[in-house]
Amino acid sequence: MNSSGNIYRNLDWTVIGCYAALALFGWINIYASTYSEEAAGIFSLASRSGNQLIWIGAAAVAAVLVLMFSSRFYKTIAWPLYILSAVLLAAVLVFGHEVNGSKSWLSLPGGFAIQPSEFSKIATALCLSKVTDSFGFNLSRTADFLKTAAIIIVPVGLIALEPDVGTILVYCSLAFMLYREGLPGKILGYAGLAILLFLVTLKFSPFVSILTAIGIMGILRTLTSRTPVRTFLIYAAFITAAAFLPRLLATEPISGITGMAPEYWLLILTAPFLIWFIIYNIRRKIQGWGTYVLSLILSIFLILSVDFIFHNVLQPHHRDRIENLLGISQDLMGAGYNVNQSKIAIGSGGLTGKGFLEGTQTKFNFVPEQSTDFIFCTIGEEWGFLGCIAVLGLYLTIILRIIFSAERQKERGFRVYSYCVASIVFMHVFVNVGMTIGIMPVVGIPLPLISYGGSSFLTFTLLLFVHLRFDLERWK
Amino acid sequence: METDRHRYQYLVIGLAVAFAVLTAQLFRLQLLDNSFKISADNNALLYQTRHPARGLILDRNGKVLVGNKNTYDIMVTPRYVKDFDTIALCRILDIDPEYARAKFKEYREYRTRIGYRTVTFASQVSQEQYSRFIEMAHEFPDFVGVPRTTRMYPYNAGGNLLGYVTEVDRDFLERHPDYSVGDYTGRTGLEESCEAMLRGEKGYSIYLRDASNRIHSSYRDGAFDKPAVPGKDVVSTIDAELQNYGETLMHNKVGSVIAIEPSTGEILSMISSPGIDVAVLGQINKYYSQIASDPFTPMFNRAVMSPQPPGSVFKLVNALIGLQEGTVSAATEFPCHNGFSARGIHVGCHAHKSPVNMTEAIATSCNSYFCYLFRDLLESPAYGSEAKALDRWAEYARSFGFGIRLGSDFPSEMAGFVPTSETYDRAYGKGRWKALSVISLSIGQGELGCTPLHLANLAATIANRGWYRIPHIVRGHGSDSTDAKYREKHLTMVDTAQFEKIIEGMYQAVNAPEEVSATARIAAVKGLDICGKTGTAQNPHGDEHAVFVCFAPRENPKIAIAVYLENAGYGGTWAAPIASLMVEKYLAGKISPERKWLEQRMLETSLLHKVPASPDYVPPKKDNNR
Repeated sequence: MNSSGNIYRNLDWTVIGCYAALALFGWINIYASTYSEEAAGIFSLASRSGNQLIWIGAAAVAAVLVLMFSSRFYKTIAWPLYILSAVLLAAVLVFGHEVNGSKSWLSLPGGFAIQPSEFSKIATALCLSKVTDSFGFNLSRTADFLKTAAIIIVPVGLIALEPDVGTILVYCSLAFMLYREGLPGKILGYAGLAILLFLVTLKFSPFVSILTAIGIMGILRTLTSRTPVRTFLIYAAFITAAAFLPRLLATEPISGITGMAPEYWLLILTAPFLIWFIIYNIRRKIQGWGTYVLSLILSIFLILSVDFIFHNVLQPHHRDRIENLLGISQDLMGAGYNVNQSKIAIGSGGLTGKGFLEGTQTKFNFVPEQSTDFIFCTIGEEWGFLGCIAVLGLYLTIILRIIFSAERQKERGFRVYSYCVASIVFMHVFVNVGMTIGIMPVVGIPLPLISYGGSSFLTFTLLLFVHLRFDLERWK
Repeated sequence: METDRHRYQYLVIGLAVAFAVLTAQLFRLQLLDNSFKISADNNALLYQTRHPARGLILDRNGKVLVGNKNTYDIMVTPRYVKDFDTIALCRILDIDPEYARAKFKEYREYRTRIGYRTVTFASQVSQEQYSRFIEMAHEFPDFVGVPRTTRMYPYNAGGNLLGYVTEVDRDFLERHPDYSVGDYTGRTGLEESCEAMLRGEKGYSIYLRDASNRIHSSYRDGAFDKPAVPGKDVVSTIDAELQNYGETLMHNKVGSVIAIEPSTGEILSMISSPGIDVAVLGQINKYYSQIASDPFTPMFNRAVMSPQPPGSVFKLVNALIGLQEGTVSAATEFPCHNGFSARGIHVGCHAHKSPVNMTEAIATSCNSYFCYLFRDLLESPAYGSEAKALDRWAEYARSFGFGIRLGSDFPSEMAGFVPTSETYDRAYGKGRWKALSVISLSIGQGELGCTPLHLANLAATIANRGWYRIPHIVRGHGSDSTDAKYREKHLTMVDTAQFEKIIEGMYQAVNAPEEVSATARIAAVKGLDICGKTGTAQNPHGDEHAVFVCFAPRENPKIAIAVYLENAGYGGTWAAPIASLMVEKYLAGKISPERKWLEQRMLETSLLHKVPASPDYVPPKKDNNR
C-alpha cells in the first residue's frame, strides 16, 4: 500500500458504473411510470422522480462516507448495529403503521418513514461477517452452525411478525452464502425438492407428485449407481409404465367394470414394484438405499399434507397468488389482475419497446404499484426486450463481480459479507422480475436501485459500498 | 479447498441458469407470444363489472317478500370529463345541483387516488329517469349507465325483520376485503344474516379500448369474461299474510308479537312495533336520520333484543317446576284473601274464589297461589337450603331456554337473565336471604328478564308438551335445507305428563264459563280451543306491560304466540285480543263476524302516549293493589 489516498485507485469501477447506470435508469423510469400530461417535471420535488433524485443524492454522499471508514470500523460496529436493527424491528411491531396488510413502516419525526427490515439486511450481513471471521470457525460444527443460524433467525422471526413475506424470502437467499461456506448441499437439495413437490401436487395431483419424487430419486440413484445404464433403463421403464397407467385405466371398459378411481389402481399396481425395489436393494446390500426410501417416505408425507398446508397455513391472498401463478384459477379481475396487466405491459414492448414516455399500459395506470414493485413493467413496455436484457446484464455483472471479488478475499469474514450482498441482490432481482413476468408469485419486494423508495435505495447503496470497501482490502 | 471451488462453480452455474430462465420468459412474452401483444393502436383492456342480481326472500308459501327491480348507476371517469351542462343533467336525473357540485369537488380533491378509474356519480336511478338520460346521452358523452338491481317489496310486511341493503362504506370494506367500492351489502335482519347466500358473485366483461378510452370490441370474443352468478333465494318461515295482519294490529302500539309453529320451531311472524315501513327500507339512506331520531327507535328489534320481566306468564313455568319436583300437585289448594301475606310481605291479588286449585289458579292468575307454591318449593327440605333450591329452579328455567341465547338465526338475539343463588348472595350477603326475599320470582317479576322470543318459545314448548326446536326464520336457501341444529329437539327437564295439568289451566283461562273470573275470556274463539295465559308485568316506568302467551288448538297445536305490549296495561285487555285475532286469522283464515268489534277496537286504539319515551306521554295514576 502506497499512501492512504491511492488505494481508491483500486476501487471496482465496473460495479460503480453499473450502480450508477441502474440508478439513473431507475430514476428515468420512475418519471415515466408516474408521467401524465399535467404532471410536474422530472425534477419537481412534488413528484416521485424528484423525490428519488434526493434519495440518490443522499445515497451518493453516504457511499463516499462508507468508503472513507476502515474495514476495522465495520467489524467494530457489527454487533451494535445488529442489536439496533433488532430493536428497530421490534419497535416497528409496536409503533409501526400498516401498509398493505403488513406493519413494516416506522414514522420518524419530520414526516419521514423508514423500513427497518431494509436496514436489518446490512446489519445481519455485517454481523455474519464478524462471527464467521473468528478463529477456527467451522460451519459443520454444531455450535458455530447454531450461532450463525441464530443471527439469521432473530431478524427473520421479527419480520415474520409484521408480516413481510418478501423480506423473509430475501433472508432465505442467505442459504446460498451458507452453502458456499460449507452447508451440506443436500439441505438445499431437499428444500428444492420440497418446493417442487408442493407445486406439482397443487398443479396436478398427489399421484403425479409421487411419480415425480420417484423419478427424481431414480435419476439420482442412477447417477450414483455402479451400473448406471441398466439401472436407468429399469427406472425409465418403471416410470413410463406408471405415467401411462392412469390413462389406460381411465378408459371406459376398465373403469366401467371396476368402478374404481384410476389413482387407486395406480397405487395397487405400483406397490409390488416398490416392495420389489426395497427387497432387491436389501439383498444386493447396495449402500445408501435407506436414504432413498426415507426421502421417498418423507416426500409422500409432504405430498399428502400439501392440502392441509395450503388451506390452513397460508393466508388467502397467498393462496390466490400461487393458484394464479400455477394457472389453477384465472381470476383476471382479482388476484390475477396485477400479473396479467404486467404481462400485457411487458409483452406489448416487443423487441425495442414503445419508447420513453410512450407506454400506454403504464400511462393509464393499468398496472398498480408501477413506480415501486412493478417498475419492471415500465422498462419492459418502453424499452422492450433489449432494455430488459440490458438491465438484467447490469445486475448479472454486479453479482458476478461481487462473487469473483469474494473468492479472492483472504479473510473469510469479507468473503461471507460479499456473498451475503450477492445473494440478497440476486434474490431481489429474481423474485421481482420473475413476478412481473409471471414465473414467481406476487411478492412485494423492490427491484434493487430502480424501484422508487428511499429505504430500499439507501440499503442497496450501503450494502454495495461496504462490499467495495472490503474489496479494497485485497490490494493491501 | 477442492470442494469449495466446486461450490463456487455450482453457485455461478445456478446464477446463470436463473438469469437464463428470466431471459427465456422475457423472450417468450416479448418476442414469441402474441397473446400478450397489444395492437399498434395502443389498445388496452377495460374491465366492466357485472353485478349479480341479489337473491329473493320468499315467505313460507312462496310469496315474494323482497324482490328486485332494475335501476341504473350513472358512472363517470373524472379524468375525461369535459364541460357539460350540469343543470340539465341534474334535471334529467332528478338530483340536486348542489350534490353534483359536491361530487365534482370530491373528484378534484382525490384525483390522484381516483386516477383513470370510473366511479359512481349517481346511484339507483330509476328506469324512467334512465330512459330520459339515454335520449340525451349525446349531450353527456362522459357519463354511462350501468344496470344494477335494487330491492323492491311487493308485500308490506316484515320491514323490521327483513333488513335493508346499502352500499358498503369504508369501515365495512376494511373488515371485509372480499368486497369492493360500490358493492352492496345487507344490513340488519335477514339481509344481513343471509348475506352470503343472497349476495351472488360478481362477474366482469373485458373490452378493448383505445388510448382515448373508446370501447372498441369485446376482448377475445369474451373468452375471458366471467358472467355474474345471481344470489340464491332465501325461503323464510314467515307467513306474509299473518305478518302483515299482525303489523296492522300492532300499529300505534309499542311492543312485539312472535308466532311460532310449535312442531318445527319455524317463526311464522315476528313483529316489532313501531317498525319500519318497507317503502322506507328501499331508500334507507334518505330516511336514515329521521329513523335514528325517532323516539320509538324503530330500528330496535324488540322481539329479540328487549329483555323484560315476563309477569304472570312465568307462573306456568313455576307450576311445572313444582309439579316435577313433587312439592305441589294439581289437586293442591291454597287460600287467597286479596293476596298473599307473610312476615310483613304482601303480594296483592284480585277478587276471586278461595281456596283455588292449580287449574283455577292458572285460569284466574292467582298471585297468592303461586307465592305459596314458590315458597314451598324453595323451603322444601329435599334441597337443604334455599340457595340450592333456587339453583335447581334456575336450572329448570334454563332448560326452557330462559336466560340463554336460544341460538336463532336472527342477528343480535339477547340472552335475558335468570337469577341464581349467586345473584342474591351478592345483593343480600351469603345465607342472608330467604324464600320470601325472592318471592316476586313466583309471579315472574323481580330479577327475571326474558325477551318476547323466549315467551313465544315457552308457548311452543308447552304446546309440544315439553320440548322445543330453536325458533328460526330461515327455512332454506334455494335447494339447501335448514341447518341440522334447527331440527334437533330440546327437551325441558319437566316430564310430558305434567304439562297436561297446566294446559287445562290455560284452557280454562280462555274458555272458562262466565262465573269463574278467568283472565283471558276475551281471547276465546269458538272451535279453536285456544289455551293461553295472561301476564301484567309491573315495571318502574309507566303503566304495566301487557303480556299474553297462547297456543291453539289444544290438541296438535299449529301456532304458538307471544304478545308483549309495553306500558299498555292489563294483559287480558290488550295482549290477549291481539294474540287471539292472529290465531284466528292464521287458523280460520278470517275473523268471525262476532269478533269484528274486537278487531276494530285493536286497529283503532293508539297506546303510544302511554310509553314514557313518547313526546306526549301521560303518566298513569298508579293503583297499588295488583
